Amino acid sequence: MSWETVIGIEVHVELSTESKVFCGCKTRFGARPNTQVCPVCLGMPGVLPVLNRKAVEYCMKAALALNCEVSGRTKFDRKNYFYPDLPKAYQISQYDMPIGKNGWMDVEVDGKAKRIGIRRVHLEEETGKLVHAGDDITSAESSMIDFNRCGIPLIEIVSEADMRSADEARAYLVKLRSILLAIGVSDCKMEEGSMRCEANVSIRPEGSTEFGALTEMKNIASFKAVYKAIEFESKRQAKVLESGGRVRRETRHWDDLKSETVFMRSKEQAHDYRYFPEPDLVPLEIDRAWTDRVKDTIPELPDQRKARYVADYGLGQRESSLISDDMDLSTYFEKGIEAGAEAKALANWMTGELAAALNASGTEISSSKAGPAEMAELLGMVAKNEISGKTAKEVFAEVFAKGGSPRKMVEAMGLGQISGEEELRKAAVAVIDANPGPSADYIAGKENAIMFLVGQLMKATKGRANPKMANQLLKQELDGRKKNL
Amino acid sequence: MGIGRDEVMRIAELARLEFGEEDAAKYAKELDLILGYVAKLEEVGTEGKEALTHAQELVNVMRDDVPVEGLSQEQALMNAPARKGEFFLVPRIMDNSDED
Ligand SMILES: [Zn+2]
Repeated sequence: MSWETVIGIEVHVELSTESKVFCGCKTRFGARPNTQVCPVCLGMPGVLPVLNRKAVEYCMKAALALNCEVSGRTKFDRKNYFYPDLPKAYQISQYDMPIGKNGWMDVEVDGKAKRIGIRRVHLEEETGKLVHAGDDITSAESSMIDFNRCGIPLIEIVSEADMRSADEARAYLVKLRSILLAIGVSDCKMEEGSMRCEANVSIRPEGSTEFGALTEMKNIASFKAVYKAIEFESKRQAKVLESGGRVRRETRHWDDLKSETVFMRSKEQAHDYRYFPEPDLVPLEIDRAWTDRVKDTIPELPDQRKARYVADYGLGQRESSLISDDMDLSTYFEKGIEAGAEAKALANWMTGELAAALNASGTEISSSKAGPAEMAELLGMVAKNEISGKTAKEVFAEVFAKGGSPRKMVEAMGLGQISGEEELRKAAVAVIDANPGPSADYIAGKENAIMFLVGQLMKATKGRANPKMANQLLKQELDGRKKNL
Repeated sequence: MGIGRDEVMRIAELARLEFGEEDAAKYAKELDLILGYVAKLEEVGTEGKEALTHAQELVNVMRDDVPVEGLSQEQALMNAPARKGEFFLVPRIMDNSDED
């Protein structure tokens, strides 16, 4: 039986406001534990939250950039549950009236465009941070808590279950991050936890329109992990069903080291959060004028960037999407052009050689030793025929591994193309003398024999000859000999 | 529709309250009285009316995004039932309950 994977994704993003969402505490990352706290975010009795306007506007901005309806009247609700990272024993969130709803985003996978629905975008508060690592700070009986993070504004972005493959899920996340970075509402650092995602995965027989039981996957700390977790989970579910079992509705934990999902807890009984309207906050009325003002602050988004790459640089649709959908690739591309790289050549390398090298070494493009300036220098030398395409690949591999200037590397390794005609002519004569058979063939009228000789000349010069010039000089030399016969 | 013993126990579990069977029966009766009192509201026609989400008529009370000094670390940890160095100490939770 062939199965179809159905994926929905929830993303939490910390907003980069200066102060927390309901109190004036600072939000700086990396401060000493419990130094950015106050009675409000510590959940002390008798305190009142006051809403941060900027957090609301950042949430609106994200919702608008994701094509959501930004609603007129909204409110906040209490989500009640007990957990030590939540000092009030409830989280202020939004239940039935999110700030944004019914949006969408287009992604492109394998050259095919696909629209993914955004069910909702809502504003809530971040929880404190449990510190588990190492025996000196935790034991079997206790955990330590830092409340600096508690109360940082958080938006939750919930997609519709519209994705059908791990590739689509990754494309969705890459583009979502790109959009959020473009509008400047978050730094989206997965390694610092300011962007976190959970994937809901189920499978169903190909062609079916009903949904299977889904599992929710947590602890996914990178886009690569999202991809692997979804691939693993859909295969695991298929195995369960094919052996006559039943997929249970449960939460599973992604173990990145073992590359597998493990059971965490059952979801068969839905949580009862006893949501009710937050009495400490008055409702929020978002009128048209406010929405328009926020809309005006939205800069160029990936879709517009894509159109610009096609129009201004003549890139193809596909490579243009690949680059513009990813903020890091876009930054690299634009810096490369600033440094003088020819756009099409740069895009070719970025989606070819560079992408392959990044993939193979597991490096992020933002920390590539072959940066945009190095790439511009390398491509400049190719464009001016100072090095051959083959040499460029060798130099690239060196620069990618060790860093440094491509020009200096070419000079140090003596890889520059032989542009001096005399030097190359000498080498051509040597090749002809060393290969009397093919040379005689050419003189006798077998013009194809020249190809062999060009190959020999390229070999003799270790690829440093310009093939066109090599061809020309060999012909001149042989034609000269023919006349003298 | 009255509140039974099971409903009381479920609410107690959600609210992390502990009491015996005798108290459960007592609370069931008391909760019933309260619900009976507000049940009067069901007689009012609310068809097509938007739900009131707040008793105040105010909307859009907000502050600017300006950080202010909070508590010092010592002040923050002063009333903690247990602490370790710069942290609050809490019982370790093995069952990872829902976060965020
Ligand atoms: Zn605070």
